[in-house]
Amino acid sequence: MSDIRFTDQHEWVRVDGDIATIGITDYAQEQLGDVVFVELPEVGKDIAAGDEAAVVESVKAASEVYSPVSGEVVDVNGDIEATPAGVNEDAMGDGWFVKLRLSNPAELDKLMDEAAYAEFVEGLQ
Amino acid sequence: MSGMNRQGRPSSIDNTAHGGTHSTFTGNKALELEEPLLFELDNPGACGVDFDEPEPFTSRLGSFERQGRIGLASVSEPEVVRHFVRLSSKNYSIDAGLYPLGSCTMKHNPRLNEKMARLPGIGDVHPLQPQQTVQGALELMSELAHWLKELTGMPGVALSPKAGAHGELCGMMAIRAALTARGEDDQRSRVLVPESAHGTNPATAALLGYKVDAIPATKDGRVDLEAFKAKLGPDVAAIMLTNPNTCGLFERDIVEIADAVHEAGAYFYCDGANFNAIVGRVRPGDLGVDAMHINLHKTFSTPHGGGGPGAGPVVFSEALAPFAPLPYVVSGKDGFRIVETEEAAKADGTQPFGRMTAFHGQMGMFVRALAYMMSHGSDGLRQVAEDAVLNANYVLASLKDDMSAPFEGPCMHEALFDDRFLKGTGVETLDFAKAMIDEGYHPMTMYFPLVVHGALLIEPTETESKQSIDLFIATLKDLARAAKSNDKDRFTGAPYMSPRRRLDETAAARKPVLRWAPPMPAQAAE
Repeated sequence: MSDIRFTDQHEWVRVDGDIATIGITDYAQEQLGDVVFVELPEVGKDIAAGDEAAVVESVKAASEVYSPVSGEVVDVNGDIEATPAGVNEDAMGDGWFVKLRLSNPAELDKLMDEAAYAEFVEGLQ
Repeated sequence: MSGMNRQGRPSSIDNTAHGGTHSTFTGNKALELEEPLLFELDNPGACGVDFDEPEPFTSRLGSFERQGRIGLASVSEPEVVRHFVRLSSKNYSIDAGLYPLGSCTMKHNPRLNEKMARLPGIGDVHPLQPQQTVQGALELMSELAHWLKELTGMPGVALSPKAGAHGELCGMMAIRAALTARGEDDQRSRVLVPESAHGTNPATAALLGYKVDAIPATKDGRVDLEAFKAKLGPDVAAIMLTNPNTCGLFERDIVEIADAVHEAGAYFYCDGANFNAIVGRVRPGDLGVDAMHINLHKTFSTPHGGGGPGAGPVVFSEALAPFAPLPYVVSGKDGFRIVETEEAAKADGTQPFGRMTAFHGQMGMFVRALAYMMSHGSDGLRQVAEDAVLNANYVLASLKDDMSAPFEGPCMHEALFDDRFLKGTGVETLDFAKAMIDEGYHPMTMYFPLVVHGALLIEPTETESKQSIDLFIATLKDLARAAKSNDKDRFTGAPYMSPRRRLDETAAARKPVLRWAPPMPAQAAE
């Protein structure tokens, strides 16, 4: 059973055991518009919560994807690097960015759950 | 169905809802001429010049001799002339009409500048000429440096940086040199950059290896002073601030920000891209700025496409002036000379961090900027800023009820709108901008600054007359009305009347085609 959490920077993190999968939310991909470029970190890199994990560029803007949690990069999604459209098509699923091995699971408690994030986005409209 | 031109390209004249034109055989639309790529014009054997057959010779190129065709197009002189004239006629420029591109200061480029830049004694000089033969050019650089220091209230200046971002790099390198001289370079690794900064600011800091730390904006579009102070510390090297900022607003707390930066032992870099709003009115040196680049090609005319490259001289405070890069011009009893080497600089009592460019900078831009300054005079430059700000406020006040402004006015030199006025219309900022092309206007800056949703940033500059701005305002009012009254097609299909319809920006970015390839395998040269 996996558990999903959100940041106010519109990243999501889904935890399965000690592996956290990170991506940007559907709201984020919609705001960005067509994603044309994705830059991912190297496997093995240590990333602290709040640090830049990836870069995403659309026809409108370029922005950083910040890691919601700390850990070591164990996998990156090469598919979206080759086909950035995947981020627009399935931001919450196949359009994931990075998988980390969690080093401090307690950080998850500071993040929003699905209902809280939905409310947060509602407030932005 | 769209027609095809001789080159098999769609001529794409929409003859349904808008335009009412029909496809032509040539693809031309009267005086609007279709133009193939230069390579498609290739007419083997055609040539602009007659060369005599070379005398018999022995090649010494060996294996370096070219094996195949170089593949350049063969065209005659009139064909080349027509090709480029036709292409140039598709260009929109400040000489063709109002160019409200926010953050770019697209102002008129006075013809006097061009006359001066073409004087033989200036246009034909070479950077390697003996210095005694270019005393006039050196004096001109010295005079320009004097004006820049005078206008900014800063004691040092580096003329050589070639554009705004290059100037930022120069300023930040001087800051690093000063920190190194203090033995604090290793310790100070963070640069604070407000969210509303020009994108080049964080890029500059990152290029130099600094960690970029974003300062949030307040609800009224300015730096959040408390959040900023909380981020200051002994590991901060500098703050990079744009003033007026990219929301077109003056950072009211700038003196307090400067004081806090200095108290923390850091330096204050100011992005001077928006200097046009305050030139002659405010001296950045009085605000506590340590380094600021000045886009000669914005504030002092010659905008993009205005007759040359950019130039981004940097002015320095007392603390940073000794670290300004080589080369620089000094005057002595024997006239003007260039300080070009570290030894010469040492004798002159300075410690330059190195050099940014091979030579002295963009001479052509120096001439044009100085011509602009001298023809306006100090009172004229002050009026430039006043008129630029007045024009932007006129746009903001006239349109704020038809469009939506995220911040309360008054603004500085640019008027910022967001996309709330388009909410529920099915029209987005991009569509709105494309419809402006059909009206014959270059669109404003869109989706920037990022702190505002669907931003539309309009900078009319002081160039425009009231009649010109009134027509522009009336056009935008009409477009806003159309968007709100369900005329969605006018926007989502726009532009209808341009030489090419809406280009697929996404495909261009995802699958760029960067090289022309001949339609058939090239024939071996005879």
